[in-house]
Formats: sequence, structure tokens, C-alpha cells
Amino acid sequence: MTHPTLTGAEILWATLVGEGVTTVFGYPGGAILPAYDALRKFPIHHVLTRHEQGAAHMADGYARASGKVGVAIATSGPGATNLVTGIATAMLDSIPIVCITGQVSSKVLGSDAFQEIDITGITLPITKHNFVATRAEEIAPMIREAFQIAASGRPGPVLVDITKDAQQGTALFNFEESAPDPFRPHPMLRAESTEVSRAIELMRASHRPVILAGHGIIHSAAEREVRAFAERYQIPVATTLLGLGAFPASHPLALGMMGMHGESWVNHAIQQADLLLAFGMRFDDRVTGNLASYAPNAKKIHIEIDPSEINKNVLVDVALIGDLKEVLGTMEPLIHDKSYLADATSDNNTSQWLREIGAMKGDAAVRDIINLPDNGHLYAAHVINDIWQEAKAAGRLDKTIIATDVGQHQMWEAQYFKHEDTRTLITSGGLGTMGFALPAAIGAKMARPDCDVWCIAGDGGFQMTASELSTIGQENLHINVAIINNGFLGMVRQWQEAFYDKNYACSPILSPDFVKLAGAHGIPGAHVAERKDVTPTVTKARTGSSPFVINFSVEKEDGVYPMIAPGSALHEMVLRPNPLIETAEDE
Amino acid sequence: MLHTFVALVDDKPGTLTRVASLFRRLNVNIVSLTVGESERDGISRMTIVCDAPEHAADRIRASLYKLESTRDVDELGRSEAVIRELCLIKIAAGPNSPHGQHSRSQIFELANVFRARVVDLAPESIMLEMTGAASKIEGLLQVLRESNFEILEVSRTGRMAMRRGHHTSRVLKALGTKTAEDTPVAFPDRPDTDDLPNQFSEHEA
Ligand SMILES: Cc1ncc(C[n+]2csc(CCOP(=O)(O)OP(=O)(O)O)c2C)c(N)n1
Ligand SMILES: [Mg+2]
Repeated sequence: MTHPTLTGAEILWATLVGEGVTTVFGYPGGAILPAYDALRKFPIHHVLTRHEQGAAHMADGYARASGKVGVAIATSGPGATNLVTGIATAMLDSIPIVCITGQVSSKVLGSDAFQEIDITGITLPITKHNFVATRAEEIAPMIREAFQIAASGRPGPVLVDITKDAQQGTALFNFEESAPDPFRPHPMLRAESTEVSRAIELMRASHRPVILAGHGIIHSAAEREVRAFAERYQIPVATTLLGLGAFPASHPLALGMMGMHGESWVNHAIQQADLLLAFGMRFDDRVTGNLASYAPNAKKIHIEIDPSEINKNVLVDVALIGDLKEVLGTMEPLIHDKSYLADATSDNNTSQWLREIGAMKGDAAVRDIINLPDNGHLYAAHVINDIWQEAKAAGRLDKTIIATDVGQHQMWEAQYFKHEDTRTLITSGGLGTMGFALPAAIGAKMARPDCDVWCIAGDGGFQMTASELSTIGQENLHINVAIINNGFLGMVRQWQEAFYDKNYACSPILSPDFVKLAGAHGIPGAHVAERKDVTPTVTKARTGSSPFVINFSVEKEDGVYPMIAPGSALHEMVLRPNPLIETAEDE
Repeated sequence: MLHTFVALVDDKPGTLTRVASLFRRLNVNIVSLTVGESERDGISRMTIVCDAPEHAADRIRASLYKLESTRDVDELGRSEAVIRELCLIKIAAGPNSPHGQHSRSQIFELANVFRARVVDLAPESIMLEMTGAASKIEGLLQVLRESNFEILEVSRTGRMAMRRGHHTSRVLKALGTKTAEDTPVAFPDRPDTDDLPNQFSEHEA
């Protein structure tokens, strides 16, 4: 078979097609124009974003929703630098995306030519790896290697910078021969029988174990294995923010989210545990609280694919370094102990512990805002709860994807939307990037058109990337937007209330009429300020056929509880004010 | 404490930046870094000496491995190794220098004792070349200073290190050693059994 001679631009698209790419998110400009010129010859749908940050977040949302590699494309200079926040967001949450940037001609590289910027230098610390292609023949091998690096091991973003003359030059195109060397697993991966048996001994000795379920479960596609493991040994499961959905929220062993805004019994269970099984999580400071007092009596087993995470924040007793699914597969047959083969009806190793945790829940859940009668105030918790109830009633929990922004509403979403299924929550955990929700929702909808996609954003963060409403209009995507409008940069306000003497410096925020803003984009919408209107409006948005924007005017000075102040131990949380309603009415 | 890493890295533009940037990100100071060609085509060998807490070694090594440009990393903390440094020293040795016309013979003598070599002789100065452990080099410099010689210039390469004896990590074996057949071998899932993070918590106590 002879291989065609193509331009670098054509090779770029042909390689992407070969990698299975059907959708890219981008924005054209001078240095990437040769590529855009060649696009029409290839079966790839290009979503024109309104800002390159949006392109990176969309690629990210696409990857999180589908598990595939997302692709963003931008021109040199400002196009490339606009990607940076999106790349960093993907880096901190280990999301596989490939960003392609145009670059000035190799002949003028280093001369401060128009729109020349050292984007590989800039993105060095926020990519897993990056490349510069200066010749057409380098493009296919680099793009293929970029895909391999992005998706393998611990995933992450990869950037490929392609000079204009590389796009214009020609080379033989041979997809197969451009394949990278086989993936080299990190040589420190290690989960051998000695460690596995040490882990099993710790399990046998434990009567108060807790599984810490992280994002790695989703990356490893080990949801079923983790569930089977928890059920077989009757171990309760606490989840990180990014692990939500990896273990069904309604499962009897599910405790809920741990950490700074986790429910009290979850954090108490961790603090009182005698064994923590950390599955694909990295003991981030938001989940440990003060390290010195973190789970003081617990032995720790860390199953993790990235060896540099071992003993980084928390010293562990056994590290099983590898892909979670594989490690669990190795462990299972080695656990022979009959006393572990529990069935839920009889007493087993952990039944006393499970009862204790049940007792710790006590009435904490009853005091919760969603259980209080409607008193005319609309709380964000109501809105989230009702969106969840709507999806549940429609039998579409597994087909409802929520993309959140960052702030109070993000934490309320994590608390009140009970995620049953993997990849149904898309949120920026590590970087905490405001402006993420709307573009991420667009990426998710492109990846999963069969799903109901909700963007849940604060009034502040929504305005950071609100221009992507126009992208929704142009692509005619049925995405529902719920703006949790509290008139504040709420999370900032809450910290100012708690730690800065209620000095609300620069946290009140004025917003446009979001419904009119939507209308200007040809998108219908509604204002909701009362509890009774929430569900009907949510139903209308979900069952309609066009995008819909709802502006929820919620209680302004509501707080996210429980909350662990910085420096406090995980069990030293500030609980929900009781009863919450009265505090609200005092104002 | 000082940690010494020997890394095999791709000989490509930007590799040094990637390695250096990693240390900056980890907030670890590099004491010395030497890099040059290795016995393998397209692969350089780096010796990196850095100052970091004792428990940081495994994490630094694991992070170095994470760089796509890295092929192999060895940490010499617990193994016998030869560690050498090269130093060039220029000393004032003209008639107007502190020791006047005796300067030269005295420097020759010192050079002899320290097994340094005279590599340049000029009317006003002498240049010595010395190879050895860092402590030896520091010894010579100290003696020169204490004997009131005027040191004009010092240039040191930083440490280079190599394990003693026949040692080939499993990673290197997979890469194919010089003597081994040139068939590409699949990567092993792990290297030697010693110095892995698992052992680490024990050292910590
Ligand atoms: C890009 C960016 N800038 C600043 C912050 C700091 N920050 C975290 S939460 C928050 C307030 C968010 O306000 P809003 O979007 O209205 O959400 P709310 O907390 O009110 O639900 C801010 C400013 C951030 N996370 N990201
Ligand atoms: Mg707000």
C-alpha cells in the first residue's frame, strides 16, 4: 500500500481521525489557519468557542463525560495563552486532553515575531508533556504520542505546538508507522504478593475499616470492582469530591462525601477508623484537614497509580502502586479468610462498626434544610434537591450529567445531588476554576448527546464564561443552565463571615438579568424565586427541546455546612446552624 | 540532607529545562547538576545532587520518572558509588603575587600532594586541574587560601556519580545494554527490589 503525501495540516486532521476524534473545540487565527483551511476535507466537527479557555474546558468536559481524549485547538500567542487556565484545570484533575496550538514559522522562531509566544515553556509545569513540531513529518508521530501520554497511566493534558511552516510543508502520511513506542509503565509500579499480603493482614485485623473512594476509580473504570469489594467485606465507602458517582450514593455502604464540607458522620468515621483503604485518591488538603490529627488510629493502605503520590501528604503503611482495577484483581483471590466472606444478614467483622456509623448519622440529616418546611425562603439546597428529584422521578439519574462551577453551589451540589452513576458529575476539584461549568457542560453534551446536561453555576462564576451561551446557540445544544444567584461571590462571603469579621470586601456582585441575557442569545429562560416554582420550571427545562436558562434567586447569606476551618482536625467541624430557618429570618 | 540521583534522559532540546523545572516545582534546591553524553545513542546521563529532607528521596525519584524524557533514575543514597568532580583553579603566581617568585614552586608542591595537575603556566598565573571527591577539592582550595595564595578563578563541574561494580537496573536491561542483544524488550513492571516507596515508611520512624 502506498502512503499519500499530504500537507502537515492534512496530516494533523488525518491523525486525529485515526485516533478516533470526531469533535474538536477551538478558535482560529493566523498561525493555525493552514490547519483550519484543511479541516473541511475531514469528518471532524469543529465547535467554535467564544474564548480559548472555553475550548480547553469543553475538551475537558468532553473527556470527563466520555472517558475519551478531548481535543482543543487554538492559534499562537493570545490563543495559546488563553488555553492556560483550562490546561491547568485538566492537569490538577488528571484529565486527558490534547491541546493543539499554531506557532509562527520555524524560520522566525525566537525572534518575537507577531503572536509568537513560548507556549511550551509556559505550559511545561501544567502539562504531562508537550511537543513542538517544526516539520510536517513530525506531526503524526507527535500527535499519536500525545494521545498515548494523555490517556495512559495517570492521565493528563498534553500540548502540541505546530509551526505554520510545518502545517504548510508536506510529508508522507503513514498512520500505523507513526505509532509511538509501546507505553512504558512507570518503573516504580509495584503491587507484589508481599505487599498484597501485608494489606490483607491489615484488613483481617481491622474492625473499623473505611474505603476512601477517589477519582482514580473512574480513571481505572473500576467502579464495579470497588463496589463488589466493599460489598464482599462490608466496608463503608467515603467519597472524595471527584469520586462522587464512582460508588452509588444510595448504596447502604455509601457514607457520602468526605472532607472540608463532608457530612459529619463521614469525617467522624474516617477519624475513628482503624483502617483506611485509599482507592485512587491523593489525600488532598481539602479531604484531610489538619494532617497531624488525621485518622490517628488508622493503618493506611494506598492503592494508587502514581508513585509520586505515595507518602506525599500522609504516610501509609502499605502502598500498592498500580492500576486500581488490576490491583483489586490481584488482591481478591488472595483473601481467603472466611470471616471476611460476610453476608449482610449475619454478623461479620464490621457489622458493629456499621451500626456505630449509623448511630453517628443520628438526626444530622433530619435537621438538614431540605427537610424543613417551606417558609417562603428559597435555598440553594432546595434547588439542587429538586433538580435531583426531577431526574430521579424521570428515571434518568444515570443519564443526567451535572457540570458545576466553583463556590458554595458546587458544595451544595455535591451534598444534595445524590450521584448514582459514574461520570455524572463534572467539576473542577484540584484547581477550583470559576467559569468551568458552562463550557464543561457543552463538552459533556457533545460527548453524551443522549444525556440531560445541567450547568449549575454561581452568579459570579457564570459571568466568567457566559459568552459560551452564544456557542450553545450556534450549536443548538439542549443544555439546561441553573444559576444559583445569591448576589455574592458566596464562598468568599462565607469565609469573610467566618474569618474576616463579616467584612464583605468586594464579594457582593451585581449581575445582569440572566434571563434577558439568555434571550439575547435566542435562549429561553425563567426567573424562579419561590420553592413551589422550582420543580415545574426544572421539568419544563428538562423536557423541552431547546437550551433553557433558569435564574434561581436564592437566600443571599446562606452558608455551606458542615465546614472545617483551615488548620482544624477533620472531626472539628462547624455544623449546620439549628434551626437554619431562624437564622435566615433574623436578618 | 544531600541526595544524589543519576538519571538517563533523552538527549533532546528542553530536557534540561524539564528536569530543572521539576526541582523548582518541588521547591528543592539543586546543589549541582552535570549532564553529558552516555554510552547510549540519543540518551544523556545526568547526575543531580540536591538538598532535601531525608524522606523526599522516593518522591523526587518517582517524580523524575514521571517526566516523559526520563528513561531511568537511580538514587545513590544507599549504595556504593564513585563520586567525582572536576575543578579548575587559577592562582596568581607572578613576581607581584603574595609569595613572590616562590609562588610557582610552592604551588607545584601543593599540586603534587593533592594530585592536581598544572594545565596552564602564564607569567602572572598558574592553572591547576583537579579531579576527585568534592571534599578533596575543597581541601586544596582551603590550603591555598590559608597559605595566602590569591585564587583568581574557580570553576567546578559539580558531582558525577556511578555505582560501583556491575549494576544494571532492570530498566536498563530492558533498554538493552551495550553488550546485550539489540532486541527491544518490553518494559518491566518494576525495577530492582530495593529502595522502593514501600520500604520508605520504615525508614521514617
Ligand atoms: C478563576 C477564579 N477566581 C477566583 C476564585 C476564588 N473563588 C472561589 S469561590 C468564589 C466565589 C464564587 O461565587 P459564585 O460564582 O457566585 O458562586 P457561589 O459561591 O456564590 O455559589 C471565588 C471568587 C476561583 N475559585 N476561581
Ligand atoms: Mg454567588
